[in-house]
This record gives sequence, structure tokens and C-alpha cells, in this order.
Amino acid sequence: MVQINGESIDAAGKTLAAYLAENNYIIEGIAVECNEKIIPRQKYNEYILSDGDVVEIVSFVGGGQ
Amino acid sequence: MAQNQFFVDSDKLSGAALGHKHLIENDPSARTDHMEYLEGMEQISSGIMDKVLGEAAAFDYSKYNAADVKRAINSETCSIEDFKALLSPAAMPFLEEMAQRAKAETSKHFGNTVYMFTPLYIANFCENYCIYCGFNCYNDINRKKLDMQEIEHEMKVIAESGIEEILMLTGESRGQSSIEYIGEACKLARKYFRNTGLEIYPVNVDEYRYLHECGADYVTVFQETYDPVKYETLHLMGHKRVFPYRFDAQERAIMGGMRGVGISALLGLADFRKDALATALHAYYLQRKYPHAEYSLSCPRLRPIINNDKINPLDVHEKELCQVLCAYRIFLPYVGITVSSREQKHFRDGIVKIAATKVSAGVSTGIGDHESKYNGLEDENAGDEQFEISDARSFDEMYGDMAAEGLQPVLNDYVYV
Amino acid sequence: MDNKDTFTLGGKEFKSRFILGSGKYSMELIKAAVENAGAEIITLAVRRTNTKKNENILDYIPDNVTLLPNTSGARDAKEAVRIARMSRELGCGDFVKIEIMRDSKYLLPDNAETIKATEILANEGFVVLPYMYPDLYAARSLADAGAAAVMPLASPIGSNKGLATKDFIQILIDETDLPVIVDAGIGKPSQACEAMEMGAAAIMANTAIATAGNIPVMAGAFKSAIEAGRSAYLAGLGRVLERGASASDPLTGFLRD
Repeated sequence: MVQINGESIDAAGKTLAAYLAENNYIIEGIAVECNEKIIPRQKYNEYILSDGDVVEIVSFVGGGQ
Repeated sequence: MAQNQFFVDSDKLSGAALGHKHLIENDPSARTDHMEYLEGMEQISSGIMDKVLGEAAAFDYSKYNAADVKRAINSETCSIEDFKALLSPAAMPFLEEMAQRAKAETSKHFGNTVYMFTPLYIANFCENYCIYCGFNCYNDINRKKLDMQEIEHEMKVIAESGIEEILMLTGESRGQSSIEYIGEACKLARKYFRNTGLEIYPVNVDEYRYLHECGADYVTVFQETYDPVKYETLHLMGHKRVFPYRFDAQERAIMGGMRGVGISALLGLADFRKDALATALHAYYLQRKYPHAEYSLSCPRLRPIINNDKINPLDVHEKELCQVLCAYRIFLPYVGITVSSREQKHFRDGIVKIAATKVSAGVSTGIGDHESKYNGLEDENAGDEQFEISDARSFDEMYGDMAAEGLQPVLNDYVYV
Repeated sequence: MDNKDTFTLGGKEFKSRFILGSGKYSMELIKAAVENAGAEIITLAVRRTNTKKNENILDYIPDNVTLLPNTSGARDAKEAVRIARMSRELGCGDFVKIEIMRDSKYLLPDNAETIKATEILANEGFVVLPYMYPDLYAARSLADAGAAAVMPLASPIGSNKGLATKDFIQILIDETDLPVIVDAGIGKPSQACEAMEMGAAAIMANTAIATAGNIPVMAGAFKSAIEAGRSAYLAGLGRVLERGASASDPLTGFLRD
């Protein structure tokens, strides 16, 4: 199982790019961190999710105070 | 503008010495580059000098008017711009208002205390030709350097008078007054006094650290004037001629662990308003960079010296001096301000109620003559004085006079830990 | 007045001294607020992406506006650093506002952790703007750590209580060489104006605008107030006469020559 944004998801074995496409993420608006390291956009194709990975997918929202 | 006539020839100088003296006096091209460091002089990357000199050069004090001055006197925090207005000629009619504000600041930060100390000259040998100074190497005076026994004797005499803080001075000669010599004197001073200041030639960081370990707490270096062009024409020969090395001396002293530093220009050498601005900014920028250190300003004016009794501070009269001191106090409320015995009794008694926080007492600027000055015993072997003093009050007299003015004399507030 | 009065952060020059927060109001209003505020910097937060509501806030922010992502949500330096790196990966520049709070009741910034994060991020080339409690020692440490400005709070975040820390902010303005951007707690244009009169480099506000009756109009009101305060600062405030002159003896009667 892979922890993605706090949820346990059965995504091990997939590339990051495949997972993001399946789930309607818009690549231009997100950043991805895997096990506390940034995965650059051009590496989404190469990165294969594996059991125990902790993934954060983030984007900008309104924020100030 | 009036000028001082500084050049005096001694008939004891050899023909060759006299020839060289005249050459460097008359031919600027015969003099070394005063902005060039000499071998062995440590260069720190500071940046403070450029800021201070830039501000001083650009200071046009004629552009300030009465409204600027009034606003500055009443401002909650005095900005650099306000300070410039307070130093301008437009502030002269507001001297009393400035004094009232300065007094309020002094009371806020120092209460009604006034610190007392005495200088101890341990040598008057000098390798420099600074044309306004009694110790200059071409001036025909009695030279002397006290040995450790003599220093200890002087210290005993001074300590018995009740003084707890001294400022040790030498002429600026590394050859005659080595770091080791000064260090040994500091170790002695630590036995007799609670606080030891040094006014010696500028040295490197490791040397300041060594002197601090020997017992020195405070380093004072006078830049004399912050106008590098004028500086060049006054300091014709010797290591003191190197302007930037001298400028960074206080910063090196702080880097070497000294508790505090003293800063000053000698008013009357150049444009005193610009020199006063630069002096205060020197302290201001150092304080921002080294907020843990203590800072003090002095405000000496030119005085007559042996073999030249005509030297005077030109346009810096008592009113101008008072203006500068009030402006210092309003701009830098937390700094110590020392007024030396170059000034007369009436001035010192008046200014300690407004802005000054420290006065010297029982002063001799000669070498090894405290016994004679304090106890009336003559000593024909004493070394000659750096300049004539104007206030010869003893420590006891000064203590009594300060107390009578309603002030609280303080001998030191420094506890070794 | 000099209309070339600009201030510089991370090598970028800004004319507007109003940094607008984008929290607590709808996307449609952001554009109007930015325009009325004349803001050239707007803050954003970084959050887990919600794919159910695929709306990109960047679409509502004019292109010429510099984005200032914050690290809100971070509880220590390490989390702040992670959030900052993710925000840079989002591709909107090197600016970051560090916010580290470990007190969920008052949301006060943790200066010690903020200093640590500032040092790490400045070394990685970020333009670091730390939100901080106005403490002079902390401000000096932040300067040494490589901060591009300091952002002291005026009063607790979102409280709209104004310049509760006025005297301490004045000390930062007087004693540090960095731009001081007053952040958090500014509730009304008059308070923003006062901070600018004191010499603040800029004002950051969000809640005061987001919770106003008319958001774009309030954004414009803040713009005017900040400009007025800046002009007053540059002009040099007039003197305040103390009540009752002191009638003591003259202090300067002793002067001769």
C-alpha cells in the first residue's frame, strides 16, 4: 500500500505519472513529494510507486492569515 | 578661514632630519599613500568606513533650517537626518532647547551619575609626525618610558587617591612600547584598578585579544579627522598615516574581545560639523553590527603644545562644542560621553549636567610625574606633556565639585566575573 | 515627492507596499481585490491537492504579481523547509514566507524554529521573508541567517486588533537594516497608515480585507492608507509640542567665548 495525501491506496507498481493521470490531477498545478523528497515533474514517468511510500501531492490555495 | 601654523623646527635636529622634515611638509609627492596598508597591518572586511565617509562627504549642513531643527529636537527617535539638522548652523539659536532635550536623554539612560577616571601616560615616545601633537617625533621634548617598577609606583599613588578606573596611554611607538610592555602594564593595572582603558597605537585582533587577557577592558582610538584628504596633510609620516587601519581599530578591538571602545575626532583639525557627524556614525554603525559592546565618544578640541603655544581649535568655540555634545546625546542616548581636562572647569561643570557622563580628574599628560603632581614632590626626570590641560582639579576636588552640583560621582560599575 | 520610491526584496523592485493575503475569500473576488489594492505581491498557502474541485487559484491572479507562498501549517523548521521546497517546485519563483506556529490557540510564530528554517532556505537560494514575533535578538539572528526582510506581527493573527506591538516594531525599524514588513493583526486602514508612518517598509493584510463588507473597496482603502502613511514618513512627521513648557533654569548659561 502507498500513503497518498494521508490515505492508504493500492498503487504500488504504478508509475507516478500513471497514478496522477488516473486521478485527474492537472500536472501544471501540483508538486509531488515522495518520502520527504521532491520528485521533479520530468521524473513522474520514471518514478515507480512502491509499498510503504509516503506521497504528498500539493498545490496552491488561498492563504494569508 | 583661519589656519593654525603647526610647523616648528628644533635646532637639535640634524641637517638630514631637518631636510626630510621640510621635504614631507612641503612636497606631498614625497609622502606615502595614506590609504595603503603597511606590512603586518591586518585588514578586516568591514564596510563601516565606506558608509561613514560617504555620509560625511555628502553632508551639506547649509541646507537645514530652523524647522528641521525644531522637528529634530522634538522627534521621538532621532534619525540620522534629524542628527544632521542638530549639527547644522541652523541649530545654534536652539542650543538651550537642545540642552534640555539632551539632559532628559542623559537622565533617562544614566540618571544623575558621573563617572570619574584618570589617564596614566606610561611613555611618550612616538614614531609619527602628526604636526599638531606635542609627542610628534620631530618635537624637542623630554622623552621617557616608565619601567614596570615606575609604573607600579605611579599606579599606587593614583590608587591611593581613590581612583578606580584608569586610561593608560603611550605615544605611538611599537618599537619603544611593545605589545608585551603594554600587556605587562595591564597586568599591573588589574591589581590596582577595577577598570582599565587603553589609548595606544592601533593593533591587530590577536594583539587586542592578548591585551584583553592581560587586563584591558576598553580601547580608545581617536581618528583625529574623518576627512581623509585633510588627514593626509596632518599625519605626514609613520604608521599613524595609514587612515583605514586606524579607522577599523575599534572593530578589531571588539573582535578581540574588548568590552567597549571609545571613538573621537579632534575638533578643530578639519570641518568640525562633518567630523562630528562621522564620529557619531562610526559609533552608530558599530553598535548595529556589535550590539553587545559598549561605546563612548570623546570631544577633544585642539590645544597648545610644548614649543607651539599658538595652536587653538579655530571655529570650535564652547557654544559649538556644546552643540556637538547635545547632538551626540540626542542621537545616541546610550553612549558614554567623556569630557577631558582639555576643557576648563566652568565648561566641564556645565556639560556634565547636560550630556557628558565621564570626566577625568587628577590629570597629568606628562610621564611619571604623579608623585609630584599629587604629593608635591619634585621629579626632574619626568617626561614632557602631550598638551596643556585646562582643568587641573585633583580627584578629591572633582569628586566634591560633582557632588556639590547635585550629581552622583561613580568610580566604576564594573564587576569582574 | 519622489515617485521612484520603491523597495527591493530578493533583487526585485516593488512600487506597491501592500502585500495582500489571499485567504478567506472566494476566488472571484481575488482578482478585484488585487487590482483595487494595487498589490504586486500576494501570499498563497500550499495544501494537499483536492481533485474533486479542480480549480487553480493562479488563474485568478494577474501575471505581473509576485507570488509569496507561505509555510502555514508547519510546526517546526523541518516542516517549513519541506513546504517551501514543494512551493518552489510548483514553479512560481523563490519567494517564501516562513510561518511556523506551534500554538493553535493564538497562532504565535515560533522565532527559534523560524531562524533555523530561514538559514536552511536562504542557503538554498530562497528569498526568505520570516513571520516573527517582534524581538530584536530574533530579528538580528534572522538577518544573520539570510532573511530578505522581517515580518513582525502587529497583534495576534486574524485579530484585527492593530498595532499592539507598536513599540517593539519601532525598535526593529530603528535597529535593523532589513525591510520591516508589518504582518498580522492589522485591522483597519488607519492602523496600516500608522505603521507606515513609523517607517515600516510594507504592510501585509488579509483578514481585514477578507472580512470587510465590500472586499474590493476595502482593498482600495488600504492601498490609499498605506500610500498616505509612506508619504508622511518620507515627508518627516511634524513636531508634537509637549504640554506645558519646562521653566527650569537655562542649562547653557555657563558657555563662554
